[in-house]
Amino acid sequence: MSKPLTSQPRRTRGWTVLFAGAAAALALLLGGLPAHADDAASATETEAVSAPAAADLAGILAAFAAADFSTKDQLISQLATLHDPRARPILQALLDGHLETRSSDGKVFIVEEYGDALKLTDPLTSTAAGDGKPDDFERIRSNNALRKTLKVAIAQLELADTDPAVRIAAVKQMRRDIDDSTVASLRAAFGSEQNPKVKHEIAVALALADLAATDVDARLAAVNALDGEAATDVYNALMPLLGDADGKGIETDPKVRAAVIAAVHHINLWRGFYQVLDTLFFGLSLGSVLVLSSIGLAITFGVMGVINMAHGELMMLGAYTAYVVQQLMPNHIGLSIAVAIPAAFLVSGLAGVAIERSIVRFLYGRPLETLLATFGLSLILQQLVRSIFSPLNRSVTTPEWMSGLWQINDLFSLTYNRLYIVIFTLLVFGALLLVMNRTSLGLKVRAVAQNRSMAKAMGVRTERIDALTFGLGSGIAGIAGVALSQLTNVGPNLGQSYIIDSFMVVVFGGVGNLWGTLISGMSLGIINKLLEPYAGAVFAKILVLVFLILFIQRRPKGLFPQKGRAAEGH
Amino acid sequence: MRTSSPLMTLLFGDFGSRVFYALLLAMLIVVPLLNLGVTETSALHLSTYTVTLLGKYLTYALMAVAVDLIWGYCGILSLGHTAFFALGGYAMGMYLMRQIGTRGVYGDPLLPDFMVFLNWKELPWYWLGFNHAAFALLMVLLAPGALAFCFGWLAFRSRVTGVYLSIITQALTYALMLAFFRNEMGFGGNNGLTDFKEILGFDIHLASTRIGLFVASGIALGLGYTACRAIAVSRAGRVVQAIRDAESRTRFIGYRVENYKMWLFTFSAVLSGIAGALYVPQVGIINPGEFGPINSIEVVIWVAVGGRNTLYGPVLGAFVVNFAKTYLTAALPEVWLYALGALFVVVTLFLPQGIVGLVKQLLEKRR
Repeated sequence: MSKPLTSQPRRTRGWTVLFAGAAAALALLLGGLPAHADDAASATETEAVSAPAAADLAGILAAFAAADFSTKDQLISQLATLHDPRARPILQALLDGHLETRSSDGKVFIVEEYGDALKLTDPLTSTAAGDGKPDDFERIRSNNALRKTLKVAIAQLELADTDPAVRIAAVKQMRRDIDDSTVASLRAAFGSEQNPKVKHEIAVALALADLAATDVDARLAAVNALDGEAATDVYNALMPLLGDADGKGIETDPKVRAAVIAAVHHINLWRGFYQVLDTLFFGLSLGSVLVLSSIGLAITFGVMGVINMAHGELMMLGAYTAYVVQQLMPNHIGLSIAVAIPAAFLVSGLAGVAIERSIVRFLYGRPLETLLATFGLSLILQQLVRSIFSPLNRSVTTPEWMSGLWQINDLFSLTYNRLYIVIFTLLVFGALLLVMNRTSLGLKVRAVAQNRSMAKAMGVRTERIDALTFGLGSGIAGIAGVALSQLTNVGPNLGQSYIIDSFMVVVFGGVGNLWGTLISGMSLGIINKLLEPYAGAVFAKILVLVFLILFIQRRPKGLFPQKGRAAEGH
Repeated sequence: MRTSSPLMTLLFGDFGSRVFYALLLAMLIVVPLLNLGVTETSALHLSTYTVTLLGKYLTYALMAVAVDLIWGYCGILSLGHTAFFALGGYAMGMYLMRQIGTRGVYGDPLLPDFMVFLNWKELPWYWLGFNHAAFALLMVLLAPGALAFCFGWLAFRSRVTGVYLSIITQALTYALMLAFFRNEMGFGGNNGLTDFKEILGFDIHLASTRIGLFVASGIALGLGYTACRAIAVSRAGRVVQAIRDAESRTRFIGYRVENYKMWLFTFSAVLSGIAGALYVPQVGIINPGEFGPINSIEVVIWVAVGGRNTLYGPVLGAFVVNFAKTYLTAALPEVWLYALGALFVVVTLFLPQGIVGLVKQLLEKRR
């Protein structure tokens, strides 16, 4: 007696919107239809109770108000055979209990509750028809038998839809509770269906229904048909046939049982495959975060050899820039991200240039002192942010297109924000690679890193290049901060939590090697995620750290050490 | 100096050491007197809180001396030395936890409160023996020492030096911090070990016990300082300084650089462990936060502020910076991190030899 599936109302709303356009066009074509409908309603009112003869939508609708359950049943079947696009939302509303009659004039409306009032939609024109008080309306009731008829009717309508995606969704919906009536409509649809994908889904649904057949051959055929399917409902339908712990419910026929075992085995293989894929994807997205947070460091530490302990705080500055930009343009969340990226690059980059000019340049060749001075700077930056923005975390709103799931199939889905992080990381990496390898700045940066005095002799203004390189690395850190602001809370400690990881990634990859940083970040992310199911999140991280400590002992120059002349500089 | 005995040279060989010994001795005599000997109403009375604070500074100073020994004399910048400090502290904390006995909230004679809370039935094997003070003391020395030895054996043999070493020491203490945060480790997780009752049979809250701990810390600092000085002025100490200045050259002459580094690192870790063990009963708690990489870097700044490569400089630095911290975090909490941050920058840019170096410069100018 409870409400049907919770997902239904939401889908209905989508449909109402969709059909509104179609219905409006129809109304325009027919002209004056509403007025005519009203007339018809009053004219057929008396007949409708005994025999619903009215063949048009308005007549059927008007007849609902006074009809008993068996009459309603007939009315529903009539609605379904009308081939009228307006019928679908009406049936759905009736199923959800949202179809109500106004007591004053007997007019039928699709209602939606909001607050204390009802929002009315005229089912004939699919347009909004103002508000109403709940007391003035009476719900058109349905019972269990009626709901079944309704579901079948809706499914039939959907199976006849022109859009194959709708038909597939309808079949999948029907698979959830299969009974004789749905099977009948599915069989009918199977014969007329042209689209192979839809046809396949219907075949699966029919096979699922046949699992309960008394005939052994029918069951065997059904199981064989289901072999190779990986959907969750197929799995859930097959598993009971293997029997529970006490062997109850087990398939009696040995042949069918063997087929079920094979089918379940195949499903398990698929599930395992997608699980691995899932772990890999999670690992890649974690790895992307690591790469993003350490790629700026790969420039300042890797290329210049400067230990910048304030690197994390430059990321934090980028994240706060994203926050501020969003505060400035609260109505354009999606656009604010696009604005925040260059803004963060500028803010962090300028901060980086300032740091280089005021502190780091006095300490070249004294890495340990640089480390201490920049650490002091990181403390100052943290406290500065605390003073300006408060010590509490700030949250940056995620734009809508970044939230949600990309459901690839029943077993596998990707979350958009992780997917975008991976893509974004690769883009940033590609851009950085271009700058380093294809621009004059990149050439000079590499020249200064390889042989400072020779570069100077060739006319390169090394001091300026130092400042720009440091600014570039810092700016990239700012961009990473924007990305992080989408994943975690933006707070004064944001940078601190990444600094050790970032250094480990750069050292693991091999100092001065951008590709090494990419590979090491990604592989550390994947290793971490592979370990997590066995060790737990924190312990996996500890294991990775210990592994890195041991790895650096074995190969102090990282995975891809620099060779030749470039190596001598470090 | 050649006329006096080697011991006298060691102890009073340079001006800084003489001042250090004199001030330490004065402190160890005056502070207990002012606390126990003077009535509480008197203006000269030193509160037990202050005594404990000074005792804490003394343990910090010992830690700073240990860091100076490897950084100032051997050029090994460890950013993970609090790992050893905290390990020593945990060893002491485990002893103190076992001393609570049935006086805990749950009154379990064997299990500490947090284990009862986690529904543990048995004492983990690594907690066994910690009810004996002697065993705990051994662990205070062994746990940090063994870790440092293993770490040094691996790191120095594969010639990990400079910044790389600094970064992996930081990773080490970070990994330990994460590990100790886990409840499953059996060290009290997030809350750590606390609520201690007595040490060696003395009530830990009594003023006289606090004085005892203060004096013990002072003596530990004095002995640790002397030991470090003995190493520094010895033949091995000169090799160590040679390694700092020209590692490859020292190796080519025929010295086993990695052995010198490894043993020096281990000794320094043991000293840090002792400092940690004395620190815990005075502050009354040890938790994973003590492993924090930031703490390690703070120790380095004490050394830098005081003046590295002097041994007495770091003692001065530890007192000055921590006094400033205690004062500022209470009076102007907003300012403290600015001040600390600025201290890092100013000292590295303008005072490479720290306060001691500055004083020396001024004295030379006056001559």
